[in-house]
Amino acid sequence: MRLTDSLGSAFEALRAHKLRSVLTMLGIVIGVAAVIATVSIGGGAREDVVGRIKSLGANLIIVLPGNITSGGVRLGTGQSATLNDDDARAIEKEIAAVQVAAPTVRGGAQVVFGGTNWGTSVFGVENNFFEAREWDVSSGRLFNGEENQRGGQVALLGLTVKNQLFGEDDPIGQTIRVKNVPFEVIGVMARKGQSAQGQDQDDSVFLPLQSARQRVIGASRAKTRTVGSMLIKVREGEDMAEAEAEIKSLLRQRHRLREGDDDDFTLRNLTDILSTVEASARVLSIGLSAVAAVSLLVGGIGIMNIMLVSVTERTREIGVRMAVGARPRDVMGQFLIEATTLALIGGVAGILLGGALSQLVSHLAGWPLYVDVSAIVMAVVVSGLIGILSGFYPAWRASRLDPVEALRSA
Amino acid sequence: MPLIEVRGLKRIYRMGEETVTALAGVSLDIEEGEFVAVMGPSGSGKSTFMNLIGCLDKANGGSYRLAGEEISAMSPDQLAGVRSRRIGFVFQQFNLLERTNAVGNVALPMIYASSDRAERRRKAEAALTRVGLGDRMGHTPLQLSGGQQQRVAIARALVNNPKILLADEPTGALDSRTSLDIMALFQQLNREGMTVLVVTHEQDVAEFARRVVRFRDGKVISDKTQKPKDAVAILAALSREQDGVAA
Repeated sequence: MRLTDSLGSAFEALRAHKLRSVLTMLGIVIGVAAVIATVSIGGGAREDVVGRIKSLGANLIIVLPGNITSGGVRLGTGQSATLNDDDARAIEKEIAAVQVAAPTVRGGAQVVFGGTNWGTSVFGVENNFFEAREWDVSSGRLFNGEENQRGGQVALLGLTVKNQLFGEDDPIGQTIRVKNVPFEVIGVMARKGQSAQGQDQDDSVFLPLQSARQRVIGASRAKTRTVGSMLIKVREGEDMAEAEAEIKSLLRQRHRLREGDDDDFTLRNLTDILSTVEASARVLSIGLSAVAAVSLLVGGIGIMNIMLVSVTERTREIGVRMAVGARPRDVMGQFLIEATTLALIGGVAGILLGGALSQLVSHLAGWPLYVDVSAIVMAVVVSGLIGILSGFYPAWRASRLDPVEALRSA
Repeated sequence: MPLIEVRGLKRIYRMGEETVTALAGVSLDIEEGEFVAVMGPSGSGKSTFMNLIGCLDKANGGSYRLAGEEISAMSPDQLAGVRSRRIGFVFQQFNLLERTNAVGNVALPMIYASSDRAERRRKAEAALTRVGLGDRMGHTPLQLSGGQQQRVAIARALVNNPKILLADEPTGALDSRTSLDIMALFQQLNREGMTVLVVTHEQDVAEFARRVVRFRDGKVISDKTQKPKDAVAILAALSREQDGVAA
C-alpha cells in the first residue's frame, strides 16, 4: 500500500468523524499552542528588555562614587564626592581597553522657555558622553571645543523636553532658563526611548560639564571638580571583566586606598543585568515547557484512546481490507498514518493558534514579535512522534485481527 | 492439475476445555472453470471450508493446494498475497466502504497490489462496466440498490483477475428477482471462464450450479453434477409473464 493511498484513506476516515477528530486533536492543539506562545512571548519579552539594555550600551561600565555593598542601582545622584574629572582622564589615558570615560553630573531642575516650563533631568556632560552612549543630535550641533573644555551657556535638548517647551517649533537659537541661568539651545538629541529601568531617556537637558557644575547643579562640586558618575565605554572586543579589574585597581591607587580598605566607588556592568534577565527568562520557559509537555502527553493518550475506539468500530472494514489482500503491515500502516495525520493536523493548528496568541500578546504589550523557527520545527516533529507512539498500539491490535473474526463482526 | 486440490483438510476450534471439530478431514478437487454450489445446514462446516479455500483461515491438518501452490504452510503475509492475486470474495452483506464511490470500492483490492492510480481507475471502470454498472461509477453504496451494491462487490472481486470467485450467500440479502440477476451474472462470468464457488443454504440458488457439494457435520456427504437452470431464460420468461399481466 502506497503512502498517498494511506494518506487518502486516513483523511477520509478523519472526515467521517469530524467532531470526534477535532476533539481528539484538541490536546495536541493546546499543547503545541502553549509551547509556541510561551516561546514566542518569552522571547519577545526578553528581546524587549535586551533591546532596552543594549540601547544603553552593552559594553558600558558605570562608576559611581561611594561604597555600595548591596545590589541597588544608584545612577546619578552620587552621595559622596570621591570621583572627579581627573579620575576620568586617567582612566581614559592609562587603560588601553577603555575607549571613553565620560564624567557626568546630574540633577533635577525646572527648565523655562517663555511662558512654559518643564521639570526634567539636567546633565552636565562632555561630548564624550554622547560618544559612549552612541547618541547624536537630530538637528543642530554638539558642544564645540571651547564649550566642551571650559563650559559655555549652551544646551542640548532631549526630544521630550523639546516637544514640551517648543512643540513643533524650531528651538535652535532660542534661549531657555535653567535655575534662572540663560542657556542657548544649540541642538536637539535624536530619539533614544526608554531605559532598561523604564525611564524616558529623552526627558533630559544636556549642559557642558563645567557650566552645569558651576551654575546649575551645585557650587560645592565646582571647587573639587567632583562628578556624580562616570560612564566608561570599553573598546569593541575587549574583555569586560579585565577592563573592570584595571579600572578598579587604578582608582584604588589614585584614591590611595590601602589593602583591606573598602572601595570608595562602585562599578556597575550592564551585562550583569542582561544575564540576570536571561536567566530568569530561562527558568520561566522551563516551567512553561513542563506544562506544555503534560498537555502533549494528555493529547497523545487522547489519540490512542480514539484510535482504539476506531479500530473496534471498523473491525469489519479491516476484515474486508484483509479479504481483498491487505497484509497485516498494510493495516498497521493505515492506522499509524491515521493517528499521525491526526496529531500533525493538531500540531499545525496548534502552531497557528500559538502564533495568533503571541501576535496578540506582543501587540498588546508593544513587544517585538519573536518567531522561533526551531520551536515550530520541534512542535511539528514532536506532534508527529506523539501520533506514531500513540497510534502504535491500536494499529498493532488492528493488524493482529483474525480476518474471519473481523468479517463476522457487526 | 485441478485448480483446487484439498486432501484430508481439518479445522478444529478450541473453546476453553472443549474442542469443536468444524471440518473433519475433507478431500475435494475443483477444476478450473467449474461452477460449484456448496450446501449444508448451519454448523455443517461449509463456512469453515469456504474460509480455508479463501485463505482467510488456516487448517489444523491436511493439505490445500491452490493452482499448484501449497497454502497450509504460508505466513499471514503470503496468505494476503494469495488472496490479493488469486481470490475474489463476494459477501452476503456486500461489505462495501460506505463513504467511497463505486469506482473507489472496486479499486480497493488494487491498492494492496501496487498498480498506479490511472491504471487502477481504468481497471475499476472496466470491471464495473463488465457487471453492468457503467453508468453508476460515481455513486456511493447508499445511492445504490441492494442488487447494484452486490454488483459493485462482484466487480471488486473481479478487478485483480482472480482464479476463483468465492461467494458466501451472495443472494441472502436480496429479493428473488434481484437474486436471479446476480445468479445470471455469475453464470455469465462462469461461461467466460471464471471458476465460481457459491456457498448457500438455498436450493433455488444451488440449482444454477453445475455441481453441488453437500456438507454435514464437517464432512462431504454428497457431490453431484447436475444440469443447471439458466437464469437468463428464467428472467426472460418472468418479464414475458409480467407483460402478459399488463396486457
